[in-house]
Amino acid sequence: MSTVDSSTTLAAPEPHSEPHQPAVQFENVSIGFDGNPVLHNISFQTTSGEMCILLGPAGGGKSILLKLANGLIKPDSGTIRIFGQEISSLPEQELFAIRSNIGMVFQESALFDSLSVRDNVAYRLMQQKDPEEDIDRRVIESLSFVELEDAIDKFPAELSGGMKRRVAIARAIITQPKLLLYDSPTGGLDPITSTTIIQLVMKQRDVYKGSALLVTHRLQDAFILATHRFNRQTNQMERVPGNGADPNTSIMVLREGRIAFSGSLVELLRSEDPYIKEYLE
Amino acid sequence: MQIGEFLRQKVLAVQEYSLMSWAAITNIFRRPFYREDVYTQSDLIGVGSLPIVMLTGFFTGGVLALQSATTLAQFGAKAVTGELVSLSMIKELGPVLTGLMVSGRNASGMASELGSMQVTEQIDAMRALGTDPLKKLVTPRLISTVMMLFFLTIVSDALGTLGGGLVSITWLRLDASQYFHMAYQFLMYPDILEGLLKPLVFGFIIATVGCFFGMSTHGGTQGVGRSTTQAVVVSSVLIIATDFFISYLMIGIFGR
Repeated sequence: MSTVDSSTTLAAPEPHSEPHQPAVQFENVSIGFDGNPVLHNISFQTTSGEMCILLGPAGGGKSILLKLANGLIKPDSGTIRIFGQEISSLPEQELFAIRSNIGMVFQESALFDSLSVRDNVAYRLMQQKDPEEDIDRRVIESLSFVELEDAIDKFPAELSGGMKRRVAIARAIITQPKLLLYDSPTGGLDPITSTTIIQLVMKQRDVYKGSALLVTHRLQDAFILATHRFNRQTNQMERVPGNGADPNTSIMVLREGRIAFSGSLVELLRSEDPYIKEYLE
Repeated sequence: MQIGEFLRQKVLAVQEYSLMSWAAITNIFRRPFYREDVYTQSDLIGVGSLPIVMLTGFFTGGVLALQSATTLAQFGAKAVTGELVSLSMIKELGPVLTGLMVSGRNASGMASELGSMQVTEQIDAMRALGTDPLKKLVTPRLISTVMMLFFLTIVSDALGTLGGGLVSITWLRLDASQYFHMAYQFLMYPDILEGLLKPLVFGFIIATVGCFFGMSTHGGTQGVGRSTTQAVVVSSVLIIATDFFISYLMIGIFGR
């Protein structure tokens, strides 16, 4: 990820989309509500295959930024491009086609109360009128990924907070989208469940190698994601060899609607910015 | 809050309401069409409201016969009780009371259900998953409410006339054949037209107002409560106000 004037862009691995095409690109994006500015002139871009972690205190505009990236709200000014396609001025009907390449995990999971886990996960496939056998196979695959096959017939009200997040992840990844947006996937969860969720996010990053924007206010989540990788043989996460950092994971810190920092974990730790130093403490 | 800002917000709300209503109507002719949601909502609104509509219609007809017969007897016109009950039920009370009952039950239900979905980001999730919430949530509710209110009103009219008849025959000692003959004979096509036009308009009001307040909910669970109350109040007032204007229009056109 890089701000426009920064030279911290990380090399992408093997992305789903065209090489060198930014997955997400914000140019001078601003938005406010009821006269209160929330984001000011935000400019950054992430390359395909890159995971960008958005850190910052509550109310800093992180979730708004994620909704802007999915076209769920429109900016007051500026341009947003997803895989090169300008979305900020597109009508809702045309955005649906672009959203088929984007999966989103909402802050409170946002599972449909009236649908079972199976139907929640299969929602997109059912809307596309895919064959039932195909839907069943992919739902089981997706639920296996989050290790929740046994919950297939349950309803959201019967699930714990952590299980809901895992179902939300399964729903977001079922079509293997090129871009995943995670809005505080560990928010409100206990530390053990949070680690499970972060491990799933890491597994998604390292197995499918898609692009992702992840919002969190937990520094611990960012550190684990940046310093660990998923081992498919052991089905566990492990430290990046040589105590290094994952080259496809970058960090951006938002402060009162502005980018206070953008770069790698190493650069974050070495930052001399007083706000960043205070934030890390 | 400044008066200017207050007015600006109200005008914006009317604009949003109009745009949503127009989109809900035009979506009827656009694919995909959520047929199953129409059936589900028709069951919830139509079958679910049937008991309260039947009871309301029956007792309204009964009390109408009781009150009017007492007054009509003073002029020696007790025999026309049937005409008064059937005309009142079919032209006014049937559509309005059924509208108000369904509004209390379903406009609130729609506002609270959609409002809860809004505050828990389920509406955003639906959009993120490629579904237009207006098509999936609002249009089926609109079709179902308009269709079901039409039939519920007919049921209410019939039971109201029957209730009036039961009271007239058993308590007021009117002749059954005379009551039902009068109830039928003085009924004209413009009366039926007026009685069947109103539920179509009221159904539109109930569905669009309920969905509008639901979809524009903000402020957590407190916001859901606020939306639910507003939906019932606004739809009820609009039903009564619209009833006046439709009656005025029909009298202007047909002279009765």
